[in-house]
Amino acid sequence: MSAPLLKVRGLRTVFHMADGSWPAVDGVDLEVRRGEVLGLVGESGSGKTVTGFSIVGLVDPPGEVIGGEVLFQGEDLRNAREARLRALRGDRIAMIFQDPLMTLNPVLTVGEQMAEAVLEHHAVGAAAALARAEETLERVGISSARARLAQYPHEFSGGMRQRVAIATALLNKPDLIIADEPTTALDVTIQSQILFEMQKLARESGTALIWITHDLTVVAELADRVAVMYAGRIVESGALATVLDHPRHPYTRGLLDSVPDVAARGSRLPQIFGMAPRLDTRPAGCAFSPRCTRANDRCKHDDPPETMVEGRLLRCHHPLYHGKFG
Amino acid sequence: MATYALQRLIQSLFVLLAASIVVFLAVYGIGDPIELLVPPQASAMEREEMVRRLGLDLPLWRQYLAFAWNAMHGDLGRSFVHGVPAIELILSRLPATLELVTLAMAIALAIGIPLGLVAGLDRDTPLSRIIMGGTVLGYSLPNFWKGMMLILVFAVLLGWLPSSGRGETAVILGVKSSLFTADGLRHLILPALNLAIPNMALMIRLVAAGATEAKAQDYVKYARAKGVRPGRIVRRHILRNILIPVVTVAGIEFGSLVAFSTITETVFAWPGMGKLLIDSIYQLDRPLVVAYIMLATFLFVSVNLLVDLLYAGLDPRVRLMGEAA
Amino acid sequence: MSATPAVPRADTALRRKVLERLRNQPTARGALVILALIVAAALLAPFIAPQNPYDLTALNVMDNRLPPGEKGMAGLTFWLGSDAQGRDMLSAILFGLRTSLLVGVAATAAALSVGVAVGLAAAQFGGRIDALLMRVVDFILGFPSILVALVLLAAIGRGVDKVILAIVVVQWANYARLMRASALVERRKEYIEAAVNQGLPTLYIMRAHLLPNSIGSVLVVATVSIAGAITLEATLSFLGVGVPVTEPSLGLLIANGFEFLLSGEYWISLFPGLALLGLILSINVVGERLRRSFDAHRH
Repeated sequence: MSAPLLKVRGLRTVFHMADGSWPAVDGVDLEVRRGEVLGLVGESGSGKTVTGFSIVGLVDPPGEVIGGEVLFQGEDLRNAREARLRALRGDRIAMIFQDPLMTLNPVLTVGEQMAEAVLEHHAVGAAAALARAEETLERVGISSARARLAQYPHEFSGGMRQRVAIATALLNKPDLIIADEPTTALDVTIQSQILFEMQKLARESGTALIWITHDLTVVAELADRVAVMYAGRIVESGALATVLDHPRHPYTRGLLDSVPDVAARGSRLPQIFGMAPRLDTRPAGCAFSPRCTRANDRCKHDDPPETMVEGRLLRCHHPLYHGKFG
Repeated sequence: MATYALQRLIQSLFVLLAASIVVFLAVYGIGDPIELLVPPQASAMEREEMVRRLGLDLPLWRQYLAFAWNAMHGDLGRSFVHGVPAIELILSRLPATLELVTLAMAIALAIGIPLGLVAGLDRDTPLSRIIMGGTVLGYSLPNFWKGMMLILVFAVLLGWLPSSGRGETAVILGVKSSLFTADGLRHLILPALNLAIPNMALMIRLVAAGATEAKAQDYVKYARAKGVRPGRIVRRHILRNILIPVVTVAGIEFGSLVAFSTITETVFAWPGMGKLLIDSIYQLDRPLVVAYIMLATFLFVSVNLLVDLLYAGLDPRVRLMGEAA
Repeated sequence: MSATPAVPRADTALRRKVLERLRNQPTARGALVILALIVAAALLAPFIAPQNPYDLTALNVMDNRLPPGEKGMAGLTFWLGSDAQGRDMLSAILFGLRTSLLVGVAATAAALSVGVAVGLAAAQFGGRIDALLMRVVDFILGFPSILVALVLLAAIGRGVDKVILAIVVVQWANYARLMRASALVERRKEYIEAAVNQGLPTLYIMRAHLLPNSIGSVLVVATVSIAGAITLEATLSFLGVGVPVTEPSLGLLIANGFEFLLSGEYWISLFPGLALLGLILSINVVGERLRRSFDAHRH
């Protein structure tokens, strides 16, 4: 078995507040292989975005990565020098942020912002960088790419801006792309288009993809493997079909149940009662226990450890058996 | 862009009009204009003659119209004390004030922007706190006293620089200025510095605030995620965004600097427009005061207009919004 | 019957918190102490000054321009030196501080009253009245304050009351604009709507509800503006269009000392300047902290 492209073990990131340091990422284990798409699913506040930033060392104060291991192609990223991380970012590991309106500088042209990603890592001329940008824009489906390069971000629609972000990520043919909710701000039709294109591009170029989202349907369309995150921890992860068809963690089951189903039109949409805990109010024991219908005393006091069950990772004292409550 | 420019132009004209009415009323309406405009030694006959000639026996609104008519033809009255047309006199003093203000603005920007960046990009350092503390001192110092202390230190105690007056001038490209001679510069430094300091404080605060805010923006984080070097992030991403408010403020400040130069010119006996104003006020040379105000207003309004147009040029979003409107 | 939204009293809790924050910052605390000392010295001037600088008979012109520490003809020690008329600098400074504070506070208070009234009216009545008032405000704010004050004083002459008037004319517009902005936001809130529905008279609503709840941010600006008013008065006096020579303010003292600067007799201008700087700086530091605490607390 080939070594994984990215291996994360026990990643811990805290936020230092006036009243203490609270863990946003609390012992996360992840693995991504070459060319593989990993869906990282969780609701807001689960720590999935912070996980993405923690991997590339972009967690800013008051946040701080305090523990764990991040190995990229065998290289230790947590102890790497900043200059080395800068060399990797945008070149070998690219990121796509959630809201391209905020992430593109309004006073610089799109061409300049794309070209700088190339020029920073490769000793080519400005013209060559722009040519590459133009070519990549066309690959993501933006026509009149040359003219577009001279335009400013606000002259693009939401969907187009996100395509620009995707193109920028692809410019240097990275080994890994970390995409943080890139389609959340877009409407559904465009969302599907982009998902399809991302999948195609990933397959074509052999780029691995970590797709961070709260939306299970997106993951279902796109991913090879899925990891479900809750309150800073991975509670279940494994191959897509396995986890979606036979979820073992009650939270995963709850997420699946709450996806609107055409066949069940008219009936009440099941929801997981309660809300995800805030950073500073995580309960003792299993973090999901207050909202879990299967929780007992043990769940409330003992933090469930990670176990490997049938080829998948699981954190639960009372896992579901074959997808049914029982 | 064209419609926006036209709008602003019309607005500016309105302000000029309003200013002229207010100034006219203030100077000719308050108090006894006859007393103020007629030289005290005049006899009763001469006085009447003057009244009729200056049109002071006409109703106020007619006087204003005459005044406005003359103003549009460039005649803003004749100085009492000097006997020459006010405009001529003021304009002859303009170069001196202009070179002072230009040098002051250049100093304020050259030192203010870098210091502001240093202070704003990393607020937690002692250096940043010292710089920001310095700005409070900078705008708290009373202008006139600060000038006197500069003279005390550099001219009296250290003897490095002259204490007053303007230096020699030279002509370059048809422009006569004391910026072009060493002696001229020696005389320019202290007053320019005096004028620059409060402005510098303002610039530093402005740039620091802008830098701190820009640094926290998503696009900066995104640039870092692309692996862009910190130097380039500051230069291209942060600076461009800061420059817009800085340019705006600098432009407006330039206009008011010309007005504020009054104090500095008085302290340093600099033969500029400001000193002329003060002297005219002492000597009750009313026509000159009016002319000065009108000219200052005109300068002010034009600078503001130019700045607005420049702003629209720098920020592509304003341009497009203006066209769409 | 549904509950009517309670009318929030002028936020006393906020005020307390802000003052508490202020006390906990060392620089602000220091500045507050210095400010208190200066104000106390100024208020007690008639009692603690070694000499009455306004009393022309007490002055001996033979005592003129004595350096600091020298004794005068009558045995009085001139701790900070004496000026060209033989006035004790220390006493002159104490009384000068008094004038500066008087003018600064009075002018700010008057400008505040006018500005708040105008801003409140503009926010409440809206429409044409608002547009007109704001045009006037914008116009005044378009000119540098020193210019406006100079021209005005040139027209109306010298005197403490005229200086105060000039400063008020210059400063009220800023308060008007701030008050209007604050009141506009406040007007939208439920309790105002409730009061209107109850049929309360407009002026009453403005005075009892709108005013106390919108004025917070304006008051904070006013604190710092006192320093501005004091500086303006000092500058005008320095230029010779401010207070009369018989009641010298710090600005005038500094002006008097100018001619002696070049011969190295620095104390006539230096010490009044330091006193002025101390006053202005401490007000600015305290005001700045106040503003920052206020802003931070509101969010």
